[in-house]
Amino acid sequence: MNKLNFLSPDKNNLYAYLYSGISLFSLSILIVFSNSFFNLDLTSFLPGTISYFLPLIIGFIGLHLIRIEYSGIKFLDIINKNINTNKFNALLSLLIIFAVIKSIPPLLSWFIIDANFAGDSKDACSGSGACWAYIKIWFNRFMYGMYPNAEQWRINLSFIALAFLGGVGFFASEKFKKYLTLYYVVVYPIIAFLFIFFFISGGPIFFDFSYGIIAAVISIIIGFFIPSKFKMYYFLIIPITIYILLKYIFFYEELIELGKIQAFEWVETGAWGGLSLTFIVSFFCLIFCFPIGLFLSLGRRSDLPIIKYISIGFIEFWRGVPLITVLFMSSVMFPMFLPEDMFIDKLVRVIIAISLFEAAYVAEVIRGGLQALPRGQYDAAKSLGMGYWKMHIFVILPQALKLVIPGIANTFLALVKDTPLIFVVGLLEIVGMLNLAKTNPEWLGFAMEGYVFASIVFFIICYAMSKYSYNLEQKYKTER
Amino acid sequence: MNFKKILPQLLTLVVVILVFGFFSYNAQVNMENRGITFGYGFLSQESSFDVQFSLIEYDGSHSYFRAYLVGLLNTILVSVIGIVFATIIGVIVGIARLSNNYLIERTAAIYVEFFRNIPLLLQIFFWYFAALRALPLPEKAEPMFGVFFLTIKGFFVPAFVWNNLDIFIYSVIAAIIAIIFVRLYAKKKQENQGIQTPVLSISIGLLIILPLLSFFLGGVDVSVQIPVIEQLSKTSFTFKGGLKLPPELISLALALSLYTATFIAECVRAGVQGVSKGQKEAAASIGLTPNQVLKLVVMPQALRIIIPPTTNQYLNLTKNSSLAAAIAYPDLVLVFAGTALMQTGRAIEIVSITMLTYLTLSITISIFMNWYNKKIAIKEK
Repeated sequence: MNKLNFLSPDKNNLYAYLYSGISLFSLSILIVFSNSFFNLDLTSFLPGTISYFLPLIIGFIGLHLIRIEYSGIKFLDIINKNINTNKFNALLSLLIIFAVIKSIPPLLSWFIIDANFAGDSKDACSGSGACWAYIKIWFNRFMYGMYPNAEQWRINLSFIALAFLGGVGFFASEKFKKYLTLYYVVVYPIIAFLFIFFFISGGPIFFDFSYGIIAAVISIIIGFFIPSKFKMYYFLIIPITIYILLKYIFFYEELIELGKIQAFEWVETGAWGGLSLTFIVSFFCLIFCFPIGLFLSLGRRSDLPIIKYISIGFIEFWRGVPLITVLFMSSVMFPMFLPEDMFIDKLVRVIIAISLFEAAYVAEVIRGGLQALPRGQYDAAKSLGMGYWKMHIFVILPQALKLVIPGIANTFLALVKDTPLIFVVGLLEIVGMLNLAKTNPEWLGFAMEGYVFASIVFFIICYAMSKYSYNLEQKYKTER
Repeated sequence: MNFKKILPQLLTLVVVILVFGFFSYNAQVNMENRGITFGYGFLSQESSFDVQFSLIEYDGSHSYFRAYLVGLLNTILVSVIGIVFATIIGVIVGIARLSNNYLIERTAAIYVEFFRNIPLLLQIFFWYFAALRALPLPEKAEPMFGVFFLTIKGFFVPAFVWNNLDIFIYSVIAAIIAIIFVRLYAKKKQENQGIQTPVLSISIGLLIILPLLSFFLGGVDVSVQIPVIEQLSKTSFTFKGGLKLPPELISLALALSLYTATFIAECVRAGVQGVSKGQKEAAASIGLTPNQVLKLVVMPQALRIIIPPTTNQYLNLTKNSSLAAAIAYPDLVLVFAGTALMQTGRAIEIVSITMLTYLTLSITISIFMNWYNKKIAIKEK
């Protein structure tokens, strides 16, 4: 039997080191554990400072003793390799383990053990823990804002329908796959808008925008019969003509009467709020900012100087200012820029502002992808005789967009996280509703519960989004 | 020039001009109707509102321009504090993410995932309305190290009272200039003769000795003023003396740095991972010590990857500091685009000045960064 040298444990006498090391390590854990879970101080017989640092010292010695390389025991090797490579690492590992053990009991008692789940007023919350009854009672407000209780099914139904229509892409057969882009870029946003306008807002059956939609549908149908040579000019002129014809000549008088009919009770946008407003704002901004950003990025890389410099100016302007000032602008400055009789709803103004703001960021991300493509791709496409649009639609963009999926996902995440800022114009989504609930005299003092709840909600949304984008990235990576 | 190239440009130009024309025409009409004349003359008028927290002397009798300066300085203050702490936390977490210790790596990863997936505004609210409200009242506050008091009314720290502060500042500036010269000299010497000069120790020495001299010879004198509790009324206490950091500033700086640090951590991680292993091995094989490998080979290359996105994050932090308006920290947006705008009603002027300020700030920094980037970029032949 070799001599034991506790300063440098080695493979001889492996088990002697191992047993002493593990028992010391377990002892240190036990001390901290009993201290934090049972409020029991096992080392109270020692002087204060030593007692305080004792678990750390014991654990450190224990980890030192089991730090034996190539011991042949698989489990030990894994531990050594991962948390115990050297003295410094051992110390940090111990600190983290102790911190976790120490923080579990207070968190557990606040979240669950001492928390109040039942009850319908402030008096029910007497414990020292969280007051989840507060969340339960305000839940409706946090989800729907000031939207009337009896009408909330309209929001639910719209969201379910939109989620279903949005998921169509996953089930489409190969034959329809090529129309999906058109569907998502043109048809789906219009359907979504109609849902929001008629259903959630309860707007009149016929309004100004309807002429536009009818004009667009008619011109797309006619467009199928127009030779492709004239298509660009056709789409520049015809929809506007049809719109003017419809609005001022064909059925102006009749539709004014029709326009007053409302199927549902009108709920003004000021009453919308909560998580559903977060969804509405981020949904429309996502839909709008992507095409705008795409065109801006193409514009920035264009050979045409005027378009190029206008795009650069536009992008740099929006990127240079904070979103909160943009929202300020949309609420106090923008009405000054409109004719006196023209009024744009503040929700619409906010959506436009956020879309333009985020579009600038999307543009820069896409530009990165465009720059990353080798020149050969452009040259190859041109040598096939493709024009500017054909080249971009069929060759450049599909490759460039694949490259920038993570960047775009990050921008979208930033957008979702920016939506609470709309409190500036007085729209209260979930964070705004929390602040409102917090100041309710009957429910004072529950700020923490509210913020924890909203944090969890946002964390789930954003984390899911980032994981999804990661999956998307992996999927397209392998296809290349 | 062919027609196909001119037409789209012309169309865009016409549309842009039409939109701008439409807006400015309406603005003129609207302002005429409300009896406002466009102009920046109001900046010299008396502001007659007060600001809670200001770095320069300010009260209601000062001009709107002074109020603008107060807001700007407060924005810069919180941004600088945020940037310093975000960098420190970000670098530590970024390196921890690369650790071979599983526990450390996971802890850092959880921190990053958690803090960057929660909206910044929510975090600011959390610190301000929930976490800092749980702090004790001034009369119940326990001193930290005997001199710091963390209370619900703010963080009270000892203040330095200076005599002849200007001489001290001059001495520090002189030390910095001297260090620059020493560095230049050392570089020249190494290029010409191959002899290395211990620049770091000389620099530290200069930085200590010159300010010390100013104490002994320049008549600089400093004393520490410790905050002392004072009773205002029967139930209300506060601290007198010392420096008060308001809770708004603390929660804003805390939220900004914790949030931005997650992004900086990812930049640092990407940068260090971006240096290929071969570089380290090559450096080691020509006999550089591990410290030299880090200093001369890895860091210069990693920094090249780290710095551009990190500057972007600094810019974001500065722009995000405008969220201060939500918790009433008197920054540029709250003081100027908030209070001053309410009082004067000059929406166009004030919002445009505010936006221009941020724009100037961002564009200056990005021009500087582009220049710096070009300077450190690999010079390919």
